[in-house]
Amino acid sequence: MFEQLSDRLTDTFAKLQGRPRVTDADLDEALRDVRVALLEADVNFKVVKTLIATVRERAIGENVIANISGAQQTVKIVHDALAEMLGGETATLARATSGPTVIALVGLQGSGKTTTAAKLAASLRKEGRRPLLVAADVHRPAAIDQLRALAKQLALPMESASETTLIADVTNAIAGAAANGRDTVIVDTAGRLHIDDAMMDEVASLVSAVKPTELLLVVDAMAGQDAVEAAAAFKARLPITGLVVTKVDSDARGGASLSIRAATGIPVKLMGTSERLDGLEPFHPDRIARRILGMGDILTLVERAQEHVDQKEAEESARKFLESRFTFDDFYKQLQQIKKMGPLGDLMKMIPGMGAIAKQLPDGPTAERELKRVEAIISSMTTQERVDPTLMNGSRRKRIAGGSGTTVSEVNHLLKQFKEMQTQMKQLRPMLQGGRLPRMRM
Amino acid sequence: MKEGLARTRFGFITRLFAGGETSSKVTEAWLGELEEALLRADLSVTLVDSVMLQVRDIVAFQKIDTVPRVLDAVRDALVAVLANGDRELRGAGQKPRVILVVGVNGSGKTTTAAKLAKRLLQSGETPLLAAADTFRAAAIEQLETWAGRIGVPIVSGRPDGDPAAVVFDAVNAAIARGNSVVVADTAGRLHTKGHLMDELGKIVRVTGRAREGAPDEVLLVLDGTQGQNAIVQARQFTKDAQVTGIVVTKLDGTAKGGAVFAIADELKLPVKLLGVGERADDLIPMDPRAFVDALLPKGA
Repeated sequence: MFEQLSDRLTDTFAKLQGRPRVTDADLDEALRDVRVALLEADVNFKVVKTLIATVRERAIGENVIANISGAQQTVKIVHDALAEMLGGETATLARATSGPTVIALVGLQGSGKTTTAAKLAASLRKEGRRPLLVAADVHRPAAIDQLRALAKQLALPMESASETTLIADVTNAIAGAAANGRDTVIVDTAGRLHIDDAMMDEVASLVSAVKPTELLLVVDAMAGQDAVEAAAAFKARLPITGLVVTKVDSDARGGASLSIRAATGIPVKLMGTSERLDGLEPFHPDRIARRILGMGDILTLVERAQEHVDQKEAEESARKFLESRFTFDDFYKQLQQIKKMGPLGDLMKMIPGMGAIAKQLPDGPTAERELKRVEAIISSMTTQERVDPTLMNGSRRKRIAGGSGTTVSEVNHLLKQFKEMQTQMKQLRPMLQGGRLPRMRM
Repeated sequence: MKEGLARTRFGFITRLFAGGETSSKVTEAWLGELEEALLRADLSVTLVDSVMLQVRDIVAFQKIDTVPRVLDAVRDALVAVLANGDRELRGAGQKPRVILVVGVNGSGKTTTAAKLAKRLLQSGETPLLAAADTFRAAAIEQLETWAGRIGVPIVSGRPDGDPAAVVFDAVNAAIARGNSVVVADTAGRLHTKGHLMDELGKIVRVTGRAREGAPDEVLLVLDGTQGQNAIVQARQFTKDAQVTGIVVTKLDGTAKGGAVFAIADELKLPVKLLGVGERADDLIPMDPRAFVDALLPKGA
């Protein structure tokens, strides 16, 4: 959203600067752009109103309209206001002081509770905890089977409840946890509508019997304006302690779920970032504000890189790079590592300033396809061809095109790009080896 | 339908009619409330801006300036957006008729597939369900449970099996057994995942090999509680899976599904069915007038 907002504000302020005197009405014009951008990002309309009022006040205070870089300044004011709205610090999950820590998940249908329960178990186990999963969704057909299958994938124990003895089953599972060496119990509940009184009564009784250490409301990042109302209704009935925002790997801006923080004060604690069971990350308000605003999220990128890129291999290919010994084999390895870090479009968005460029590139899915094509072409090369592309004559190119399901001109294109890359490396070498590597600016 | 959507008529919008002053004049404050009511229903900002411009025009130049008359004008404009296209399910008379159900994760595809099978059964057809969500754990069991409940036969895939093959087999099974329609549930996928969207494209193509011209209908299931991203989803699914119609689900809450206006407007896709509850009968045909009335209710 912020690529667009930035562009829009720049235009608006360019117009304003042409005028002899800038008035309040002109500032309002700029703020209208901010408002549209926020609404398009599904930020709740009430929250937008408050936010605009805050931004307006600060913009007047900082005399934005008289400033040459008024557009940038306004973007910063919006960013700061958003970051404040998201809450200052990274919220962490509480642990019980005695007995097992109980984490219960509640929310609307289809928000992703069951998947989140399994992901949470996986992530806590990584931290050395010993989780037990409890399937308490006694309403959706096969919901218990779903959690059982996920628990099996994770090789974690699971207990399930049945409809008539729901509360007893869950409390028994928790009571037995410690004896079985489990220090954390994760309870998945049925999806329910916030206006369904009978279902809200059910979960309220369950929660008051279980007294969870953390009661997390699971919210879809793609949710619209009504998300705030639903969350407020859940909070009115239940002692919600935090939010989990799911499906963050969509291209939704997530404004609604973030409005929940502003409107209800419930802190966002976790976010779901893929369908894989390791796709759950802690929530960092500042980083997300920057991402909503298309300002890049270099920290997450660095973390993902550290997690997925083999350090030794990376150093090895850097050295080869410098010595101009970089081959298609190395290139292929790098592609694999980049792929592990997540969809290309997502990665691009994390790089500051790349938001606008990413827009001009083929859309996310198309970029993935390009990558797949390059992979296919390299896989169809022989070992010698990968090391020495000069071997590549017409018939080899034809064979590779056939083997990779591409065309000769696509193979030619890749070879040409690779050659250009090698030329560039040669030009870079003196500079890099001279130790004059430009310092990376964050 | 009124009953199902009635539950969505809450609070805020009723204030537009506060005090029952039905012939009161339109004021600036009231216009502000109207705008918020539309935004709150997840209508796109672009659409709301255009509606509000028109409203200001008719108030200023056509002297249509009482609250009920302006509301009627807005309702008519919104109904016109949804009235686009044919809302009948396609492929009547095909043997078998093939309907694919697609959408992002958690939008309600499996439930919709089951409800749709029940509707078709009640209208005298002999549906066959195809459980082609071979990815999500226990999705097959979920549809099998539904199939048992509503009394419809089912062809299931194996977990992690090829979903295109499941649909292919189901169509052939329907031909062999004489089922008149196949309703196939597919795995939820985010429109941003290229490989999963490719897989969906493949399912569509392979279905065409089982019966010339199939699928007759590709229904995109949109969660009615979703915001502006629904538009992006609809664009991408239409591009990769040739969507022919929309189903909006979860309209029994307080969300109003207003994002579909932009979809109907931009992609000219008809909204065919609405999900208004968790029971097997809670799938109803779209009635644009009733849908808009639920959004801007008459005389609260």
